[in-house]
Amino acid sequence: MHGYIHSKESFGTVDGPGIRYVLFLQGCPMRCKYCHNPDTWIQGIGEELSPESIIEEYLKNRAFYRNGGITVSGGEPLLQLEFITALFALAKEHGIHTCIDTSGITFSPGNTERLDALLSLTDLVMLDIKHIDSDRHKLLTGHGNENILAFSKHLSEKNVPICIRHVVVPGLTDDADALVRLGEFIGTLSSLKSLDVLPYHTMGVEKYKRLGIPYPLEDVADVTSSEAQKAKEHILSGIRKTRSR
Amino acid sequence: MSINTNNEYWHGFEGGTWQKEIHVRSFIRHNYTPYDGDEAFLEAPTENTCALWDEVLELFRKEREAGGVLDMDTKIISTITSHAPGYIDKDKEKIVGLQTDKPLKRALMPYGGIRMAEKACRDNGYEIDPGIKEFFETHRKTHNAGVFDAYTPEMRACRSSHIITGLPDAYGRGRIIGDYRRVALYGVDRLIEDKKAQKETTRSAMYSEIIRDREELSEQIRALEALKEMALSYGFDISKPARNTKEAVQWLYFGYLAAVKEQNGAAMSLGRTSTFLDIYAERDLKDGTFTEKEIQEIIDHFIMKLRLIKFARTPEYNELFSGDPQWVTESIGGVAVDGRHMVTKMSYRYLHTLINLGPAPEPNLTVLWSLRLPENFKRFCAKLSIETSSIQYENDDLMRFNHGDDYAIACCVSSMKVGKEMQFFGARANLAKCLLYAINGGVDEITGKQVAPEYRPITSEYLDYDDVIKKYDEMMKWLAGVYVNTLNIIHYMHDKYCYEKLQMALHDKKVTRWFATGIAGLSVVADSLSAIKYAKVKVIRNADGLAVDYEVEGDFPKYGNDDDRVDSIAYDIVHRFMEHIRKNHTYRGSIPTTSILTITSNVVYGKNTGSTPDGRKRGEAFAPGANPMHRRDTNGAVASLSSVSKLPFRDAQDGISNTFSIIPGALGKDDRIFVGDIDIDLDCGNGACNTPTLFEGLDTDATE
Repeated sequence: MHGYIHSKESFGTVDGPGIRYVLFLQGCPMRCKYCHNPDTWIQGIGEELSPESIIEEYLKNRAFYRNGGITVSGGEPLLQLEFITALFALAKEHGIHTCIDTSGITFSPGNTERLDALLSLTDLVMLDIKHIDSDRHKLLTGHGNENILAFSKHLSEKNVPICIRHVVVPGLTDDADALVRLGEFIGTLSSLKSLDVLPYHTMGVEKYKRLGIPYPLEDVADVTSSEAQKAKEHILSGIRKTRSR
Repeated sequence: MSINTNNEYWHGFEGGTWQKEIHVRSFIRHNYTPYDGDEAFLEAPTENTCALWDEVLELFRKEREAGGVLDMDTKIISTITSHAPGYIDKDKEKIVGLQTDKPLKRALMPYGGIRMAEKACRDNGYEIDPGIKEFFETHRKTHNAGVFDAYTPEMRACRSSHIITGLPDAYGRGRIIGDYRRVALYGVDRLIEDKKAQKETTRSAMYSEIIRDREELSEQIRALEALKEMALSYGFDISKPARNTKEAVQWLYFGYLAAVKEQNGAAMSLGRTSTFLDIYAERDLKDGTFTEKEIQEIIDHFIMKLRLIKFARTPEYNELFSGDPQWVTESIGGVAVDGRHMVTKMSYRYLHTLINLGPAPEPNLTVLWSLRLPENFKRFCAKLSIETSSIQYENDDLMRFNHGDDYAIACCVSSMKVGKEMQFFGARANLAKCLLYAINGGVDEITGKQVAPEYRPITSEYLDYDDVIKKYDEMMKWLAGVYVNTLNIIHYMHDKYCYEKLQMALHDKKVTRWFATGIAGLSVVADSLSAIKYAKVKVIRNADGLAVDYEVEGDFPKYGNDDDRVDSIAYDIVHRFMEHIRKNHTYRGSIPTTSILTITSNVVYGKNTGSTPDGRKRGEAFAPGANPMHRRDTNGAVASLSSVSKLPFRDAQDGISNTFSIIPGALGKDDRIFVGDIDIDLDCGNGACNTPTLFEGLDTDATE
């Protein structure tokens, strides 16, 4: 079995706890306006690697990953569910911490058997909720958020640790009311472990130029970390509201 | 000297071998207190420190305004006692002593070479006294003059073609660390007594080694006498041991100061002093002799003095080393052979000067890192690194194996047991240029001159791996020979004409000497050979048939991506070159080793090297040290580090460096890569603020 890999980062420090080996898988059905990895969109291309070769490479350098582990990111990693399951099964044999960084878009509520097999091997899911309102979500990504919210509930039911990520984009995802409601929603997730609020940055612009894709957020400026902190406070207040009920 | 610790100097200390013989490590082992706590005990600078530091900053500002040099001595040849005492602001200084009679006035040190000393002055707008110039040209030979008397034409050709570069043949070699702690622990009289005893016990048959030993010991004794005299001019009698922390720092600093008055060495490192001094501080805190605030003030003033150390140097020298470095390296932390870590409160106090006085490259504070250092200290270091970018880290777990637990770093990575080992510093051999010589039959690719022996060149259109390796091996063998012999001359002459008498007076009689060679261009060679092996490399020749450029057809594995196909080539090159080095006689029974650590001079080496088969163009910089070539490592830092870590340390014990910069954001969130925790601060709003970590079983339900 092989996975289609866009790239590897042997020193990942922002995609899960500790220093991590991060695999960016090729292919994504979403077309988020602020995607900073448009080069991972197309499916079925990239370097083909087997779970064995990846684990072998990981183990060679395991001294670096003492408090870390493996993260699969993308792209949308869950498009290659069978591959990740095989990879994580092998990882678990070696006691490696496993993490999926996903949008949750591929979730189909009636058909979770294969997904559950993967989740039983998964230590953490980092889930990006772009917007709490489905229509706004659709504007941003081309898809509504129903599946994604259902996915998060499913994770919670299965007691899979969740880290919620939210990117603050000026004018698009920084509305205070929506942020509070986002907080109220994620407050209901009992396996929520952490919240990561990321400021939007324009570092992806270069990539769009190189790929010849028009950049959808031409005039949107970088978000400062204090603005992101403010957004985080809104979400936290929402979580507290739910939890104090 | 009586053996008890009830005297006025050693009261409260636990006795041991250190009382019977000069043995600082024994003193430390018996007396130091490992500290596991955090930085909360540290004190801010005193008003006095701030006022004094402001004066120093003002001097630095003036120095910058003057173009880099504030003042130079052109008349007085610097010796330990040549200058009257100098001060910044006498009443404010807790620790005293300057290299000359004024702060930042650079001393005149012609023993390494009169021309270099003269040029250093001239390039900065000063003229040395003609009488001094005449004296050194006519009556007193320098190290530099000695070396050039003995060089062969081949050595000179290698030097000017830059296949060997940065040779310490015109300036002080440095890289020797005196055990300055001895001055504080024993007082100078005891050290002189010891040296006299050493001189009395040399062999009586006078062959040249013994004659040299006796002459050097006499020099050492004179240097120690001069050290006492210098200290006395500042009002301190250091003939006896230090009685408290302040004296211990002052005594130790006088020892170091005497060394930098005598030698303008390429690296004048301090050693491993913090845990030693902590023993005094612990005793004085217990006795109530000093408060924590007073001790921090003493250390702040000491570090301030180290920041003022400067030498007269030429612009070319500064270009080679990218700046005006002194390499006042101090080694902090590490783990003892008995398993205890060696972090003390003094380790924190030294590092805390980066906050109290602000960040600075000197002294080069170097943490000897081990997995077994206490977690609090690791966090403290990480925090300071993020705030100040001023800490160097070295792998104690690796070096302790060879050098025990009382070694220190000279310059940036050279490790040696303090007072027991020294090194003959030896610049670098340019292995990338050597590869080009192998291809061109010993003809320099830039000048067209025949530098190496006229071996058969490669004439084929495409390079063949086996053919290149065979020729390269022969060329490396030649290069190792001429390189080692060049260094033999240099160190013979340095011992003869520019002997480090004070620093060697603070060493044991029997010293282990390392013969430290170095290599440059490793990743260029590894990638070039990989390109030849895994891609096709076409040779572009000029009208004279000289290979001057290369075309690479196809892709090839590049060093720095944890790819064994090329990493094994890098390993092989280091190992082969070191084997060739070992075949040669090395001066004074020294043990050959090598280093891969051009931290700054890689730019200059690259400038003087033609295009290489890896696709690098003529004049382009090499990667620093053992680094992969710029932008060729594409799998992140761990893969890159992993390639470097495959190099054989036993062949390159003098150090392997890998420099990489990283934007802070790429090191994790909120400065907390370290334990990799991510938190959700739910209760920060209502009082009980805790930030549990994922690994501690964070549960967001715990909101109360």
